[in-house]
Amino acid sequence: MSKISGAQMLIKSLKEEGVEVIFGYPGGVVIPIYDVLFDSDIRHILVRHEQCAAHAADGYSRATGKTGVCMATSGPGATNLITGIANAYMDSIPIVAITGQVATPVIGTDAFQEADITGITAPVTKHNYLVKDVEDLPRIIKEAFYIASTGRPGPVLVDIPADVSRAMIDSNFKAEMNLPGYKPTTRGNLRQVKQAVKLIYDSKKPVIFAGGGVISSEGSDVLREFTDFAGIPVITSLLGKGVYPETEELSLGMAGMHGTRYANITFMETDLIIAVGTRFDDRVTGKLSEFAVNARIIHIDIDPAEIGKNMETLIPIVGDAKTVLTDLLSNYREITDKKGKPDRSEWLKWIKRMKKEFPQRYDRASKKLKPAYIIERIYDITGGDAIICTEVGQNQMWAAQFYKFTRPRTFISSGGLGTMGFGLPAAIGARLGKPDKTVIDIAGDGSIQMVSHELATAVSNKIPVKIMLLNNGYLGMVRQWQELFYKKRYSATCIDNCVDFLKLADAYGCSGIRVKNAGEVDDAIKKALSIDNVVLVDFLIDPDENVFPMVAPGSPINKMLEG
Amino acid sequence: MKHIISVLVENKSGVLAKVAGLFSRRGFNIDSLAVGTTDDMNISRITLVVNAENHSIEQVTKQLYKLINIIKIQELDPGNIVERELVLIKVSADSRTRPEILEIVNIFRANIVDVAKKSLMIEITGNNRKVDALEELLKPFGILELVRTGKIACTRGSKY
Repeated sequence: MSKISGAQMLIKSLKEEGVEVIFGYPGGVVIPIYDVLFDSDIRHILVRHEQCAAHAADGYSRATGKTGVCMATSGPGATNLITGIANAYMDSIPIVAITGQVATPVIGTDAFQEADITGITAPVTKHNYLVKDVEDLPRIIKEAFYIASTGRPGPVLVDIPADVSRAMIDSNFKAEMNLPGYKPTTRGNLRQVKQAVKLIYDSKKPVIFAGGGVISSEGSDVLREFTDFAGIPVITSLLGKGVYPETEELSLGMAGMHGTRYANITFMETDLIIAVGTRFDDRVTGKLSEFAVNARIIHIDIDPAEIGKNMETLIPIVGDAKTVLTDLLSNYREITDKKGKPDRSEWLKWIKRMKKEFPQRYDRASKKLKPAYIIERIYDITGGDAIICTEVGQNQMWAAQFYKFTRPRTFISSGGLGTMGFGLPAAIGARLGKPDKTVIDIAGDGSIQMVSHELATAVSNKIPVKIMLLNNGYLGMVRQWQELFYKKRYSATCIDNCVDFLKLADAYGCSGIRVKNAGEVDDAIKKALSIDNVVLVDFLIDPDENVFPMVAPGSPINKMLEG
Repeated sequence: MKHIISVLVENKSGVLAKVAGLFSRRGFNIDSLAVGTTDDMNISRITLVVNAENHSIEQVTKQLYKLINIIKIQELDPGNIVERELVLIKVSADSRTRPEILEIVNIFRANIVDVAKKSLMIEITGNNRKVDALEELLKPFGILELVRTGKIACTRGSKY
């Protein structure tokens, strides 16, 4: 009977889970694990700050659908992960975070680099573990991956004390999962499905509202089939982008604070919302009491706690989006086979008219460099085939508004938590997961400065992400709110001209390109895509440009401000 | 409105903190909380009494279900349960007041569990009203200390 260490058992268990890459940062108590990792064929990507390890694991997961893995040492290493873990939690992204912990005999003594990370992360993880016995380790790793990736996905943290990593265990030690209280419902109640189908069939003005849950359940294809068969228009949330091609006539794009005018108007007009894998977030609904007042609601979600949380629901269906949509489709087919398809030509005509009447727009005639123009050019030049990551703020909303997403897992953005600095590390993770894709980070000059050190990670690991920096010298989204709602008192939002981003790029060994006017945009994008290195394109955009349309916070969503 | 919630959980460290955390994060104060193992050593029961609106208690219950170590949650119907709480009361007593206190204790079918020169310790089980009434009657003598276990409850009948 051969014995191996806890650290060896950990890496063995990770391999059994199919882990190919770990984003991490070493430190005292995880040296035993890094020592084993040194000989392993699991690739380790050394980030420059642990927060970015979590974001990279998150981006990897969003791009591939697999569970991302990040690792950090105890104390500050672990606490640095928290923003990344909270971000994954808010957007229901499966990651497993492995942290080192001080040895079990000194836990609770304020030992060097000790932090109660399971206590600290309880509100932002789906579940977490402190491994107290090496014989629990194989079971816990199995459970961690299972919990992270099933049901409503989310981050799971496993905290491993140094003595557990060093303890010896039988190399063939096998352990089964033991989760008596964890049984996520995947198949929706068939009676409710049938009721829903009847309601959909009878509806004059139905609309589908699809969110990130459809993407995480890999339900986009079924959604498309259902939509096209039933002829029902589709609105998405921010995280639902790509779930249905935005190039299609039935697509109304994204709704909400910076959504399309026609999507928001449609919500006010529709008599039936078929919500799938989305949670009626306040950024979507605006003033809740005036949201979708004419609509009845069918809400499909794997998390029963989301149903009825914000909106009163007529037909709740708890289940996996893909499975429920499949059942909806087959039942809807049955009913139309018998009775024929309902005539909704008036509704579709109205939708078409709204799209024509209220298009996405910006001042195309302007001589200034407009961010919307840059995004449109990126869309055209990449043929809509790139993976687009974003930071948070104006850059994120412009990317969401002017790039047409046609496939799931191509728009990677921090939705619920709104984490500045997410885009670059997420792009690094996404590109590692999809090495044959063009991966672009649409950045702002505020966000990128929170994580610019990760240029080193990208360059040294030869991960050629492209950073399209929409540089306006402001923390733009906050400045926009100050302009509109705080009498133009620009408190702490001007960050003008103190960084030369080309020199920054050069310092890290990236290629840098500066663009000052619209005429240079195409060449710069093409050049950036052709260089086999990390490239930062510094677009000096019109600093006064704002994101419109916009729903003022607390307003109903059909009251949109215009530029 | 008061709600009595009975939660079956895996008997593991940190589980109670997670349950309590869910309530505190939503701004609920827990009126009482009792924890102990069940007939199965691997499973504990937490009995919580919380004051909250119906809608918010429904949301908390749903969130509780999402905790991995939670096996079952039941909101108990106050009309169909037996509820008990054990209370120890230490009250000032001397030779002059002792007979009067003993009389009260007898009427309430409580027990004297400790006698000292200047005090008595009284043990009482029952529902809130009974305990409150005894406390009220003992107050004039001077209550030195009062310890409650928190409410436990079980539904009537053979259903479980």
